[in-house]
Amino acid sequence: MTGWDWLSKYEGYNWGFILRVIVKATVLFILLNGLFAILNPIEPLGGMTVQVSRERLPYGEDDRAYNLSLNNIPAMFASHEVIHPKADNEFRVLLIGDSGTWGILLKPEETLAGYINSENYTLDDGRTVKAYNIGHPIMSLTKDLMLLDHAMQYQPDMIVWLTTLESFNRGEQLDPPIVLNNAQRVKTLIETYSLDLDANNPDFVEPEFLDSTIIGQRRELSDLLRLQAFNIMWRVTGIDQYYPDEYQPRSEDFDEDLSWHEFDEPTDLTTDDLAFDVIEAGLERAGEIPVLLVNEPMFISDGENSDLRYNFWYPQWAYDQYRAIYSDLADTNDWNYLDVWDIIDGAEFTDSPVHLTPAGSQQLSTVVSQAIVGLEG
Amino acid sequence: MDLTQIAVFCFGALIYNFVLPARFRQWGLMLASILAIYWLQPNLAIPFLDFALPTFTITVTVIGWYLTRPESEPEEDAEKGKNSSRFDLNQITFGVVFAVVLGISATRYLAPEFRLTSRPPETWIVALVLIGLTVVIWGAVRATNQSKRWLPIGMLAIIVIFVVTKSEFLATELSRLLRASAGRDTSLASVVDIGWIGFSYVAFRVIHTLRDRQTGVLPDLDLREYLTYVIFFPSFTAGPIDRAERFIKDFRALPEIKGIDTERITIGVTRIAIGMFKKFVIADTIALFALDIASANQAVSTPALWLLLYGYASRLFFDFSGYSDIAIGVGILFGVQLPENFNRPYLKNNIQAFWQSWHMSLSNWVRFYIFSPLSRNLLRRKPKPKTWQIMLICHMSTMIVIGLWHGITIPFFIWGAWHGLGLFIHKMWTDRTRKWYISLKDKPQTKQAWTVAGWFLTFHFVVLGWVWFALPDINTALSVFVRLFGINL
Repeated sequence: MTGWDWLSKYEGYNWGFILRVIVKATVLFILLNGLFAILNPIEPLGGMTVQVSRERLPYGEDDRAYNLSLNNIPAMFASHEVIHPKADNEFRVLLIGDSGTWGILLKPEETLAGYINSENYTLDDGRTVKAYNIGHPIMSLTKDLMLLDHAMQYQPDMIVWLTTLESFNRGEQLDPPIVLNNAQRVKTLIETYSLDLDANNPDFVEPEFLDSTIIGQRRELSDLLRLQAFNIMWRVTGIDQYYPDEYQPRSEDFDEDLSWHEFDEPTDLTTDDLAFDVIEAGLERAGEIPVLLVNEPMFISDGENSDLRYNFWYPQWAYDQYRAIYSDLADTNDWNYLDVWDIIDGAEFTDSPVHLTPAGSQQLSTVVSQAIVGLEG
Repeated sequence: MDLTQIAVFCFGALIYNFVLPARFRQWGLMLASILAIYWLQPNLAIPFLDFALPTFTITVTVIGWYLTRPESEPEEDAEKGKNSSRFDLNQITFGVVFAVVLGISATRYLAPEFRLTSRPPETWIVALVLIGLTVVIWGAVRATNQSKRWLPIGMLAIIVIFVVTKSEFLATELSRLLRASAGRDTSLASVVDIGWIGFSYVAFRVIHTLRDRQTGVLPDLDLREYLTYVIFFPSFTAGPIDRAERFIKDFRALPEIKGIDTERITIGVTRIAIGMFKKFVIADTIALFALDIASANQAVSTPALWLLLYGYASRLFFDFSGYSDIAIGVGILFGVQLPENFNRPYLKNNIQAFWQSWHMSLSNWVRFYIFSPLSRNLLRRKPKPKTWQIMLICHMSTMIVIGLWHGITIPFFIWGAWHGLGLFIHKMWTDRTRKWYISLKDKPQTKQAWTVAGWFLTFHFVVLGWVWFALPDINTALSVFVRLFGINL
């Protein structure tokens, strides 16, 4: 066996040898798994991800896009350009938000961050605005808060937090897998900021000893390995999303339906229903760093039953109340609040009420950029 | 082979080693190989084809044996008794094979989960076709009373079948024909319909036996030995390509293996484990950033293309050598030591050494059956061509055959020609620099530098060749090739 002398020339292969190998392998296997479970190194391993300066966080489940969704936040950020040290003349702006901010169906340069950066806005003190897309296509303020909390270590000069009503539904704050799989982070946030969320949510994924072993964590380890390969492909191709030739456009006509989540009929919404406490927690976490809260643009239909619903997601009664509450809170608390819910023409929305075309995204970027410069100025 | 198949083969090896009496091992191996080639054959869009193709493989193999069997008839042989038993064995083997194929076809009456192929044709039709084939072939060869006359015809027939299945145009036309006869949509005809698993390797093994019978060096093989050699399941889909005379040494020794051979089990399992790690962990991960037609068009820069190409080169090595390790390991578990296929090819410092360590069983096959006969033939010609002409023709022909063996396409032709030219240039270079190179033994540093330069050159020559191998579209391959040097077409 050419090249295999080390294996074939040995003469001591007998049952004793096989038994010793099996015993040693078993002991080693148990030790390594035990050690792995005790050290729980998944997050530190994620932090050692190949740094390729992605322009947005890893997200997606299509291999053609060289991207994947994972729950390992250090790994997600290690892939992102935001981890690099801030340049002396850089005014670092983090854009936190949902799929609209991340840029579904948009290339990185067509997202809000992309357009802001293409304009090279310069502040009075000579610093250039550099926006970082920290959007993640999940509708949950708690997810936003978790990412903001982690992103604070990257020295932002300003945070722009884009939201829509869908992210405020208190009942679904903890439902997204990325939230459930980061139970410890979320629990800490709930406790630190006294959020009105269930810190003992039974759906939180809190691995027991066996689930923390290499075998138990095989999916997470496999995802980390795939992330490394996809990060290389991001560097090679600049592609992080699959763009279909055709997509299902957002609905224009609706049933005669007034429901919104658990509310079948118009109801007086309160902060018990909408998670404004998470917004307050984000502001507290940001501390001295200014936060610009943006009620993001949405599609406003003029189709069938558009007198009842603005779009597929929102009945008018719920959305109008949400805007009113948001506006009142912003006024009361002196928040930097920008309500741009209706500034984009309906033709500039693609496959959901908050996904913009490149033109829509550019239009939004102009408004947000002016607000950033105005706020800092 | 996927993980399930490997697991089943390992489980089969357990039964084979621990339960099956040693005297039945040869039968066990033959039966396992027959069943495996039906099981390994993927489902195809054309009805019954996933049953017909393995059956045709067996038919081709039986014909191959019939043409290569010993010349003398049993009753005429001096050692009548011995050969009579062999004759009897062949008849029994033929009967067993016939029965097994009919048995597999009869699984059409079972639930899908109990079938080896999607849905075989009616058993009586299979029986009639097999009997008809047997009568026609036996009669044709018998009528000439000299099977040697049929050997070149047999080789030609294999090559014709090979060309049809490996040529996109011809395979598509064949698919169209088969679809039309099955009443299927002919507009969907494609080369994918003729996904004949393992035939590339079967063809090489059968041609080897036909040619060796022609030259008189093939040992006498009974049908059981011949059939198991050609369709031996660990190496059926992707090699290595064993030689019959080596294979039967192991095969004939199977009943003599007494007890449980711990050395064989340890080495076999280790090879399988290493192969699985190479194939399913390393190669499958690297595959995520290896050059393909999509990524070739998406790469944004020259360094990016190089990265994809290095990825492809690594992936190909780990995938194929890992597969070979698994095949060799499974073979060892069943008592057959298949030949090695790789020996650190990317570390070689010249292209000749590369080809002596990459897919070695294929390289040896083409050396035996193409390069050597062709060079001998050219040397005998009058007037004798110049040495460099002989070398050019032999290297180019040999490597182009290897290229086309992978598929009859222009990129594979170019890949073969690329290596043929490389081998020719290397030969010319070494012929002219041999004395100088020998003189380097007193200058170890210069020699070492030269070795490193040779490795660098060889590695990148091979890697650049993979462009033609990886990309089936000639325009993309050409575009990528020049973009690697910063040129945009």
